[in-house]
Amino acid sequence: MFDAGRRDFLGLAAIGSALAALGTALAGVLRLPKPAVLPGPMRVYKLGDPAQFAVGSVVKMDAEQLYLFRDERGFHAISSVCTHLGCIVAHSEREGFACPCHGSKFDTQGKVTGGPAPTGLAWLEVSLSPDGQLQVNGETEVSRGTRFQVG
Amino acid sequence: MIENLKALPQNLRDSVVRYTLHPTSDRERSQATFHNLFLHLQSVRVHRNTLRVAYSFGLGLITTASFVLLTLTGILLMVYYKPSTELAYGSVKDIHFVVPAGRFIRNIHRWAAHLMVVAVFLHMARVFYTGSYKKPREFNWLVGLALLVLTLGLSFTGYLLPWDQLAYWAITIGANIANSPREVTDALHITKFLDVGGFQKQLLLGANYVGQEALIRFYVLHVAALPILMAMLMGVHFWRVRKDGGLSRDETAPRDPNDVFSPTKTYGLMAVVRGRTPAVGRGPEGTVQSWPHLLWAEMAVFMFTVAVTLALSYFFDAPLKEMADPAIPENPAKAPWYFLGLQELVSYSAFMGGVGIPTIALIGLGLIPYLDRDPRGVGKWFGGPEGKRIFWLSTVFGLISVVALLALTVNCGWLRNWIPSIPQPVITLINPGTVIVLLYAAWSLWILRRTASLRLSAVALFTCFLAGFVVLTSMGSIFRGPNWQFYWWPSQWPVH
Repeated sequence: MFDAGRRDFLGLAAIGSALAALGTALAGVLRLPKPAVLPGPMRVYKLGDPAQFAVGSVVKMDAEQLYLFRDERGFHAISSVCTHLGCIVAHSEREGFACPCHGSKFDTQGKVTGGPAPTGLAWLEVSLSPDGQLQVNGETEVSRGTRFQVG
Repeated sequence: MIENLKALPQNLRDSVVRYTLHPTSDRERSQATFHNLFLHLQSVRVHRNTLRVAYSFGLGLITTASFVLLTLTGILLMVYYKPSTELAYGSVKDIHFVVPAGRFIRNIHRWAAHLMVVAVFLHMARVFYTGSYKKPREFNWLVGLALLVLTLGLSFTGYLLPWDQLAYWAITIGANIANSPREVTDALHITKFLDVGGFQKQLLLGANYVGQEALIRFYVLHVAALPILMAMLMGVHFWRVRKDGGLSRDETAPRDPNDVFSPTKTYGLMAVVRGRTPAVGRGPEGTVQSWPHLLWAEMAVFMFTVAVTLALSYFFDAPLKEMADPAIPENPAKAPWYFLGLQELVSYSAFMGGVGIPTIALIGLGLIPYLDRDPRGVGKWFGGPEGKRIFWLSTVFGLISVVALLALTVNCGWLRNWIPSIPQPVITLINPGTVIVLLYAAWSLWILRRTASLRLSAVALFTCFLAGFVVLTSMGSIFRGPNWQFYWWPSQWPVH
């Protein structure tokens, strides 16, 4: 077994308890930089009267970081944030989306077709707010192909 | 009392200077050195090899001098800089256009930062190729690696502060690299339980996007946390340089017969002879007095660094783009040049390029002194002619393989272009970045088998990585344009 004199034992106990106390204090203090509440703007966006978006239109929303589409089957919103490293993708009707930072490419449905992006672009939940405005929730993903019909 | 007042200047000086400022003999110079806090960082006598320019090129000192310049100019910049997303850009613009000497001081800060990064890389290469990491200097090699990481960390955190387009998008990319372990955890479906990436990103940004919290965190890291750590580690680094025996040198080299060695026997006066005795003007074992020889050398390097920095700052302004706009990324959004090799790797796989390969490289570098325990070859460039041969061979191999791989990637694409439905984990594992690492590792193992020397295989690996770093960095800085497409020259970039 552990064989130590009385002084050695007391010394070790003192050092041990000091380390334990400091360690606990340090662990408590180091919790500080991990934010308990993530600051940031509300990510549920009201986009106004659904009727203002014509069928077949694509609107780039800069502040909301998404593209809003309306076709015959309804509305859908695709996030414009690249899944690779967070740049804003550009959209063209024929080719789909392209990221300016590292050349990721996505088809018109947001599926990866080239480049380093690990996953496709997120489809965001579209709904109607109680006051009749079109509303997109930037926090909630829906499965690709989901459309929202008004009325 | 009058007497004391009269003697005040003299007494004040005597109280400040513990010994003398005007030593006249070697003994007094030694005393003056170790009675002074700043001078006693170095030993009283240094080996002549320490002063050989072609041995160390003063690279460690250049790094230190840049750090001093950065601290001074950094404090001056803090007088006007305001770390707020609304005011930061304006305050940097003020520093550039309104503040007296502001532009010049900002330029010095920027150029000294570049110089420090260059010098720290070259310093590492010098220490490696002269075998100076070997026993008893293993630990100082690790301290040096930590200092390298801190230097890059300081550059990275400083990059955000102007809050212009370049800063905003480079940091967005950087923060998402911290987030990139999700590429792996997502593929394994364990992000819900173990979200390393998200944790790192939140710790860095204090939020999920680059905003006010991120700016304050980067500011605190840049002006307080990292510099304090850096200064402390620099102290440890210098102290260990001294305690580990000064600059490394070839201990096995035949000694100059004219050198005086530690006395093993004493001489009596057998005869009166003409001329100087052998000991005059020569120190024991080929050493010279640090005061004045080393001090002159240090001052020369310091003045050289200041001169280069001032000249560059006078002719070339630090860039400042438009104010940060979260809606429109810079195209191309490029990090500072020394991160562009990484950015090239990141454009294959965020996790492997941004986290995986740098970690492997750092662990590899840290292991070098503990794997290569062969005490021979210290203090000689490349450890001798055989090492030099391996160095050149490895340079050629390293350059050809990385250029060939890049040419393949640029011309034919990579796995996803060939098999569109390929799962992401396959690309994370097999991409140009990991392939080049494997090629280099294989080359180094082959050298190990051929030569049975760990030192030579380490030279091979280090050289390959250096070649890869240079090629990838040039690729990212020169040959990548909008959408990270390949262009031979920036003038070919499409205008829009």
